[in-house]
Amino acid sequence: MTDDQLKAAVAAGVLASEGAHRRLLQATVEVARGIFSARASSVFLYDETTDELVFEAVAGEGSETLIGQRIPSSTGIAGWVLVTRQPIVLEDVTQDPRWGGQEIAERSGYIPKGLMAVPLLHEEDAVGVLNVLDRPQEARFSLEEMELLGLFANQAAIALDLLRRARRAKAVLEDGDSDTAALARLAAQLDSLEGPRRTAGLELLNALEALFK
Amino acid sequence: MSEPAPGRPLPAWSLPAGTAESLELPTEWPGRVTREWAWGGSTGKGVRVCILDSGVEQDHPLVGGVEGAVAVEVGENDEVNVVEDTEGDLCGHGTACAGIVRSIAPECSLYSVRVLGAGFTGSGTALLGGLRWAVEQGFQVINMSLSTTKSQFAGMLHEVADAAYFRRTVLVASAHNMPVESYPWRFSSVISVGSHEETEALTYFYNPNPPVEFFARGVDVEVAWLGGAKARSTGNSFATPHMSGICALVLGKHPELTPFQLKSTLYLTASNVEDLDD
Repeated sequence: MTDDQLKAAVAAGVLASEGAHRRLLQATVEVARGIFSARASSVFLYDETTDELVFEAVAGEGSETLIGQRIPSSTGIAGWVLVTRQPIVLEDVTQDPRWGGQEIAERSGYIPKGLMAVPLLHEEDAVGVLNVLDRPQEARFSLEEMELLGLFANQAAIALDLLRRARRAKAVLEDGDSDTAALARLAAQLDSLEGPRRTAGLELLNALEALFK
Repeated sequence: MSEPAPGRPLPAWSLPAGTAESLELPTEWPGRVTREWAWGGSTGKGVRVCILDSGVEQDHPLVGGVEGAVAVEVGENDEVNVVEDTEGDLCGHGTACAGIVRSIAPECSLYSVRVLGAGFTGSGTALLGGLRWAVEQGFQVINMSLSTTKSQFAGMLHEVADAAYFRRTVLVASAHNMPVESYPWRFSSVISVGSHEETEALTYFYNPNPPVEFFARGVDVEVAWLGGAKARSTGNSFATPHMSGICALVLGKHPELTPFQLKSTLYLTASNVEDLDD
């Protein structure tokens, strides 16, 4: 296999995988929300280029508006968790719930009273933060649940790392020479086709290959 | 207890023959170390406790004021500057820790060293710079409800932790309850703290299976939060200030204790050790 063919094959995988990794991350927050009977769950990705936390996946309240929103990396509870690598459970903030992230919470129309936040750690890196918002107040939180949250964090960290890698690979391909990028897009499109359209596409490519020879 | 006799120079690196008498230390250890001996009657008065965290909301009623507050800033070339902190607490966590220490040692002197706010990229540098500065100030207790997973900081943190140990500054650090390598809680020169689920603030257990050495109250704790608020919270980062508060009580009554002796005292008065004979 030539270098270009290899690149095209890799590109097909990379371009198609971002969606799959995003769905994996979304599934993780959906399950986290379900397990803890919470009103919402979300994942922040740490964006190294801007030194910010970005909402990557949201389940439940705020899912319509929060994706893509950004907050500074070292303020608020999520910032504290990212910087210190320590998980925290905060429940029933009374009197004046001015905890960090309120501005975004107000924009989304949903202001939580309590949250669990845990760092997403991959090797030495903190790649993001998993949040679970407003679990039922009547149940006293236990150390067993803290361990469960940690297990979920491991899974979410892997999903987030896969997404991060796919994006980086995609950026490398797209920043490369335009011929390779065009080939990569074509390979990805072909990979997504089914039935007669896929057969026709393959025939066309074979004809092109014969022509180039 | 462990101050040398006056007028005698202390040996540094070796003990030549016939000089052992220069090391004679007057001892006041009781036959049996009890909680009454360790901190009975103490309020933590005279002990300077540093909260290395997100800052502290000074006028929160559960905090009861701080004696000083600084912020650690990281410059473009990674230089560390320590400036007066005018922003207070950036997320609420430092305020919660300060309130817990105050609830146990009501007359200790609290200081805030804020290591958050410099951005995530500079956070390891800020943590290390803040800790180094705090050790230089000679605080008796430094509460560190935080850790880093970056191995590049491990060596330097280890050096600072050892320096603190020999300078009679005790570092009380949160253990990690996730299966990852993080620092500085794994170092033997610090007091590492995990959580138990009991509800008594002075209940703590010695763990015979380190690296976590002590378990203190860390589940469903009522804490101070931003804007004069209160919250219920869970995490090793709240167990840690319970141990810091207890350290302040012991040092308030026995200021001469070294970190080594303090840790021994904590062991002997732990709920799973002292009660065995009662």
